[in-house]
Amino acid sequence: MRIHAPIVLAVSLLIGILPVQPADAAETLTVFAAASLTEFLGEAEPVFEKKHPGTQVRLNLAASSRLRIQIEYGGPADVFLSANTKNMGPLVKAKLAEKPSVFAHNRLIIAVPKRNLARIRAAADLARRGVKLVIAAEQTPIGTYTREVIGKMDACGDYGEDFAARVMANVRSHEPTVKAVVARVYLGEADAGICYASDITPAIRENVFSIDIPDAVNVVAAYPLAVISRTRHRALADTFVDFVLSPEGQRLLVKHGFLNARPTETARP
Amino acid sequence: MKPKRNVFLMLLSLPALALIVLPIVGLFWRAQLGRFGSYVCCKPVAEALALSLTTSGVTAILILLVGTPLAYWLAFADFRGKRIVDTLVDLPVILPPVVAGMALLMTFGGFGLLGRYLNLAGISIPLTTTAVVLAQAFVAGPFYIRQARVGFESVPRQLIMASMTMGASPLRTFFRVTAPVASHAILAGLVMAWARAVGEFGATLMFAGNMPGVTQTMPLAIYSALESDPNVAIVLSVTLVATSFLVIIVTKSLLGTGRARERTLSMPALSRNGGGIAA
Repeated sequence: MRIHAPIVLAVSLLIGILPVQPADAAETLTVFAAASLTEFLGEAEPVFEKKHPGTQVRLNLAASSRLRIQIEYGGPADVFLSANTKNMGPLVKAKLAEKPSVFAHNRLIIAVPKRNLARIRAAADLARRGVKLVIAAEQTPIGTYTREVIGKMDACGDYGEDFAARVMANVRSHEPTVKAVVARVYLGEADAGICYASDITPAIRENVFSIDIPDAVNVVAAYPLAVISRTRHRALADTFVDFVLSPEGQRLLVKHGFLNARPTETARP
Repeated sequence: MKPKRNVFLMLLSLPALALIVLPIVGLFWRAQLGRFGSYVCCKPVAEALALSLTTSGVTAILILLVGTPLAYWLAFADFRGKRIVDTLVDLPVILPPVVAGMALLMTFGGFGLLGRYLNLAGISIPLTTTAVVLAQAFVAGPFYIRQARVGFESVPRQLIMASMTMGASPLRTFFRVTAPVASHAILAGLVMAWARAVGEFGATLMFAGNMPGVTQTMPLAIYSALESDPNVAIVLSVTLVATSFLVIIVTKSLLGTGRARERTLSMPALSRNGGGIAA
């Protein structure tokens, strides 16, 4: 086979295609993950690679809704970590993903720039006229959760009349990912943004503080993960899933502001 | 050239041609053009289309107003550091749009160079329609300036001198002689800049955000639609491809009939990262 390699290369160059992978490369696992998992995976990736020498994890981080579309259109994912079940369900149904399990939970908070020109002190302030609010696009998990939370606040009656309508009138941008929402607050373009608790990382905390959303009107976001059916690295994909669910993986998640797989221990029933 | 060698050359050209044409074919192949009508009439698409047309129109006028003196200056003046000014003007053409967006944020954003003072005055540019126009002007401006400059350079000096010696003021000379003679290049540059403005995506998303009716132009609508209804995204993309094709044809014919033909008026590279008009 070795002798033919140059010929293969020459032919593929001629017809304009390059061989995708050299045969002796390290085994690469492609992980599609929700943008909110950026920091967690940033730390988990090298830990996993160190535990399994000769493997390499490649990350594709974006809104789960976008990642689901990418997988549906043939994106080369081995494992998918989604920020909600809504984007995992259709993949399982279409037999593109297998046996999803929830590996983490998250809750929503309000992010406010430290200089706080708009003087935001509580969730109720989001409805004040002239507040520049940034939220995520409706299709994304965080965008859906955000609207759910605003709806709950509106329904409970403690936040004044037409709360939802007044808040939505303050929205200046529907960002494609939760990280973009945080960036807007960090850069001082928005007076407030709604994101996950886990998004207020040490780096972000330099410029941003968070305001809690009361449990009664908050949501607990469930994060499922699953192996993608057409993976060519099934064993490695399974190992990665086990790692995320292991006590070590769970510890890392908690360290990065998530609630672990069984939030009942740390959060409300 | 012998026909045989021609065939060989054609074969060698095929990979590059395929690289450009195949994705376009793929796009049209997936498009359900029959449902085109029902997409265009729905509110978000109409809003995005209207916003794209108005912002790019304003951008084109802005570029014409502020870009023409600069193009004229670069065409006729000789000064130290001209090459540096020249290079700076061309910079946005090859700059990744995301970098352009970042640069605009660092200038006009809440903590930006000018933004911090604007903020104190109660003015905030990011996340507004003004930001869309600024992003478009930044990215598309060079396309016009470059072309207009070449147009001005192609105007015979004797013509300008003659006009002046016959007593016409410089301004009158510009509007009655220089500009008309260079009009093809000016128009072609303006069309290219406008088309680039319509296609602006990266800088707009970063600097202006994504708000239907306010900052969500066509390319942003396509990006957003991908998550709710990929078919809409595909049909909108096809629309932009067709528009872009028309724009280039028009520009080419404008330049072809202009007197500036012999000068190398090649189409400037649209942009990197697919940020071109077909973004």
